[in-house]
Amino acid sequence: MHSEDEKVVEIRGVKKSFDENHVLRGVDLDLHKGENLVVLGKSGTGKSVLIKLMVGLLKQDEGTITILGKNTNNLKLKELNKLRLKIGFAFQASALYDSMTVRENLEFPLVRNVKNLTRKEINKKVEGLLDSVGLPKTINQMPAELSGGQKKRIGIARTLILEPEIMLYDEPTAGLDPTTCIDINNLINQVKEEYNTSSIVITHDLTCAKVTGDRMAVLIDGQFQAVGTFEEVFAQATNPRIKSFYDYNFIQ
Amino acid sequence: MSEKSENNKPVLTKKLDKFLTGLANAFRFVKRFFSEVWFPPYEFKEILRQCYEIGYRSLPLISLTGFIVGIVFTNQSRPSLSEFGATSWLPALISIAIIRAMGPLVTALIAAGKVGSSIGAEIGSMKVTEQIDAMEVSAINPFKYLVVSRTIATTLMIPILVLYTDFVALIGSFINVNQNELVSLSTFFVQVFEAVSFLDVFSSLIKSLVFGFTIGIVGCYKGYNSSNGTEGVGKAANASVVMSMFLIFIEELLALQIVNAIRYA
Ligand SMILES: Nc1ncnc2c1ncn2[C@@H]1O[C@H](COP(=O)(O)OP(=O)(O)OP(=O)(O)O)[C@@H](O)[C@H]1O
Ligand SMILES: [Mg+2]
Repeated sequence: MHSEDEKVVEIRGVKKSFDENHVLRGVDLDLHKGENLVVLGKSGTGKSVLIKLMVGLLKQDEGTITILGKNTNNLKLKELNKLRLKIGFAFQASALYDSMTVRENLEFPLVRNVKNLTRKEINKKVEGLLDSVGLPKTINQMPAELSGGQKKRIGIARTLILEPEIMLYDEPTAGLDPTTCIDINNLINQVKEEYNTSSIVITHDLTCAKVTGDRMAVLIDGQFQAVGTFEEVFAQATNPRIKSFYDYNFIQ
Repeated sequence: MSEKSENNKPVLTKKLDKFLTGLANAFRFVKRFFSEVWFPPYEFKEILRQCYEIGYRSLPLISLTGFIVGIVFTNQSRPSLSEFGATSWLPALISIAIIRAMGPLVTALIAAGKVGSSIGAEIGSMKVTEQIDAMEVSAINPFKYLVVSRTIATTLMIPILVLYTDFVALIGSFINVNQNELVSLSTFFVQVFEAVSFLDVFSSLIKSLVFGFTIGIVGCYKGYNSSNGTEGVGKAANASVVMSMFLIFIEELLALQIVNAIRYA
């Protein structure tokens, strides 16, 4: 399905602390082209921190992150911005611009980064994306008028407008009802098919992990302690902390 | 080793540390403004929108306050002047007081309350809901889009609002003078303009630019550095007002010294 050797993201020995709080303690991770990689882990283990390091919102203390062949250490802002355009970052709390309508939210990254677009081209792109996330009617609404699930989908649409090669989803299904979760899971898979993205999906939700993930990695105590397919990670889970994760999601 | 000694520091040193780091951060923020303001993109649309917002937000309150200040100030000055039979000096006195000090000060303080707090709250909430991060990851410079545009807008708008306040206050004063001393509009304004010099108007406008810059940059700084969720947003709004009012008074004092030095040089 995906070529094993083509890695779009390579993380090696990454460490990150906030004062006394040692969050990431030597993280290694690969993302292969065309795969959905699910990252699991307890709240507060540093999953969000990890993907923020990838887009340069935070800086690691040690280690290297290579994205699309570029080492992100010491990148100039201009170079970093070029790389950022190839990465879609769907925020945990959507982070829609609340002074702008849905249409303006989607347009904003586009008109800022792509010069000489006609009004028609912009409209076509915005409307097309809203269609594909299933929310064409919200185009003139303000973010405050949307439900949590709608916000998540608009947030994903906004990141897709620049046609990224890599998608980073931060807990796309957190706090949503099961039906909406299914919609979002389908959307993540649909994005992968339509846009040929490689994605990292952070989640607590094992159904989401199972449905969207080609591989998964479990972050425990600042390191990835189990990496593999869903079955490999959970079927013979000997680590009690991984097992409790599974039990909580499926047995309760 | 170093962490140990840090924790054992006496409270006062810790507070001083925090104060100095804050000062250094604020200095860096202002420096960043001056290094970014000259280069494109210039965000004209956003600057214009902010100018409109500032005017729209503060105009009603400024009109009312300016008018009342004019009336009250005139009324309270009359007894002292009439003791010397010098009520005919009222227009000159009022005009100097309003143009040199009251106009800029009243406008800036009101704008600090209305505009500064809303800038602090708006940018603060964008910060804590990760909207600023969202701009950054879409390769948009949030500092330029949010901070530079708002600070330019306040810097341009406060002097305009000050001129307006001066005018409204003088109208208020005229109504009071007209009722009591039966002075006509034209006589009143001739006396007003005779009393003020070019230096008065010029220094008042320069001072207003500085006030405007202060209100904008302080609101942005407090918002940009807010944390701890919604609680932080309220704090940022509040701190913007307190800090910019404090600075405005300091600047007023400094301006007084500088202008006097020029005037009597
Ligand atoms: N900017 C920051 N400054 C200080 N500490 C931070 C910062 N960002 C994250 N942390 C700390 O890093 C740790 C990991 O945070 P992170 O947001 O990555 O957790 P998470 O795994 O995403 O959890 P959740 O599932 O709840 O989103 C937390 O203890 C948090 O307090
Ligand atoms: Mg998180």
